[in-house]
Amino acid sequence: MVLKSLFSKPATYMYPLLTREPMVGSRGSIVNHVDQCSYCTLCQKKCPTDAIVVDREKKTWAIDSMRCITCNACVDVCPKSCLEMLTTYSSSKTAAELSR
Amino acid sequence: MIEEQKLIEIIPSELVAKVRDMFVEQYRLVQIGCTKLPDRIEINYSFDKNYQFINYRLILANDKVEVPSVSSVYWNALFYENEIHDLFGLNIVGIVLDFKGTFYETKEKYAFATCPPPIEPVIKTTPVVNIKEKGKPQ
Amino acid sequence: MSNRTIIPFGPQHPVLPEPIHLDLVMEDELVVEAIPRIGWVHRGLEKLVEKKDFLEMTYVAERICGICSFIHGLTYCHGIEQIMNIEVPIRAHFLRTLWSELSRIHSHLLWLGLVADAFGFESLFMHSWRIREKVLDIIEATTGGRVIFGSAKVGGTRRDIDNEMLKRIIAQVTEIEKEMKEISQTFLNDYSVQQRLKGVGILSKADANMLGAVGPMLRASGINQDMRKLNYAAYGHIDWEPVMAQDGDCFARVEVRVGELFQATDMIRQVIEKMPEGPVDVKVTGSPNGEFFARTEQPRGEVIYYLKGNGSKNLERMRVRTPTFANIPAITKILPGIQLADVPMMLLTIDPCISCTER
Repeated sequence: MVLKSLFSKPATYMYPLLTREPMVGSRGSIVNHVDQCSYCTLCQKKCPTDAIVVDREKKTWAIDSMRCITCNACVDVCPKSCLEMLTTYSSSKTAAELSR
Repeated sequence: MIEEQKLIEIIPSELVAKVRDMFVEQYRLVQIGCTKLPDRIEINYSFDKNYQFINYRLILANDKVEVPSVSSVYWNALFYENEIHDLFGLNIVGIVLDFKGTFYETKEKYAFATCPPPIEPVIKTTPVVNIKEKGKPQ
Repeated sequence: MSNRTIIPFGPQHPVLPEPIHLDLVMEDELVVEAIPRIGWVHRGLEKLVEKKDFLEMTYVAERICGICSFIHGLTYCHGIEQIMNIEVPIRAHFLRTLWSELSRIHSHLLWLGLVADAFGFESLFMHSWRIREKVLDIIEATTGGRVIFGSAKVGGTRRDIDNEMLKRIIAQVTEIEKEMKEISQTFLNDYSVQQRLKGVGILSKADANMLGAVGPMLRASGINQDMRKLNYAAYGHIDWEPVMAQDGDCFARVEVRVGELFQATDMIRQVIEKMPEGPVDVKVTGSPNGEFFARTEQPRGEVIYYLKGNGSKNLERMRVRTPTFANIPAITKILPGIQLADVPMMLLTIDPCISCTER
């Protein structure tokens, strides 16, 4: 075991330089392809953390990525299949960047 | 498979004697749990021996009723009883080691003592637009 | 009588990832009495049933604990299914068993690493966690999440695993098993590990039963009890026996958990071999009306979900008794009489998960 550890490559990645390939089907972050969206508010109703806000009148769709728990419930329920679960995580942000 | 779960309702005065019987028969105290309902309070004492699950249920009219402690029989009951006291504000008398409300350090005292009607959750933070391709932010 | 001092231990302590407080009454270097206090991470999740409907509560249940996440979700769903008399497809039962055992491996490897770190064997800690990473990769590939699986749902599972992936899992598990054999040699045979763990913190068989200890803590004291014998999920379809040890000391607890690692890999193989074809979920209609005590075996021991519904969308009461809460009485009974230097390690042997405990 000692020899193996000495002569094998490290088990970790040099993170900022090398990132791991995301797995297929990994729950990373949510995007809405808004041009297909019908603003039916189903995702807003199904969201367990109330992270999604849809306005039918103004035709806006917004998600609070800090509240979102990437549970996939909205993607499952979307009738237009315009919500998509990306396999990549949303990058970390500061509060100032968020409110921008 | 549905496992058989016996449920026996008892009154406060016979509690300690019943629990002592379970102790003599070498049952394990699985949990003590309190349920606050609009019109009454239930306390469940669960026991287990060789996967046989038995449940004693104590029904109280309100949280002023004195509940005798069973921690003199099952020592580990004191943790459950202190928890119930700290969360529900029940009046449990004679706990072997009474923390008097300092076992569970909650921000609100007796956090589970109230039983409010369901309220609509309010969104406090301003949502952030996360739109791909053609969509324009608000 | 020599002078007694009280040493506050925690809520912040290098060995504790989570806050629990112990007042240690000391006589020189020996502990005379230990008084625990909790509540620093109380989130009131049980109270959330009043706001979230019973299907949404699955997500809350999964987030009670970050390590035994899947089994929390499974227990909750099991309870609701029993109340509502839902017949879950058999494939879903097998998938649930598969994920439960994967999460058991990852939890036990995490614990073995932490305990190695607590007794000062840093490289063993690193190796345990290196292997754990491969288990997490399998979990992510099959469920989409690394720790929060999100794959349990009332009425079945949210995802299916295709047969090609199942074959890949067997290959990966075989590889992981080989590496686990290497580290388990060190845990079980190394001289310094034995010196540190053997004969420390003995919990007798009678005490373990009467103090209501659960899980590996109980089985290390020679009591044959494992909630998986209640045959929830697919545990009734596979051959297995609870892993036990007789001594009741810290070393016995390590033995039990190492044994369960290999038991889990064996179970995974059996589950994949016997996995039937078919759907993985059924449609759920109506609302739960009734009550049930759902009991399952987590990596840390028996967990109890008391669920009570009144026919509306919101449950009346959800009460969770987690294994760590049941093991706190046992730890306070075995702490007296041991050296102060052993306290952190002793506390770790119950595999404390305080966020779990306080919900």
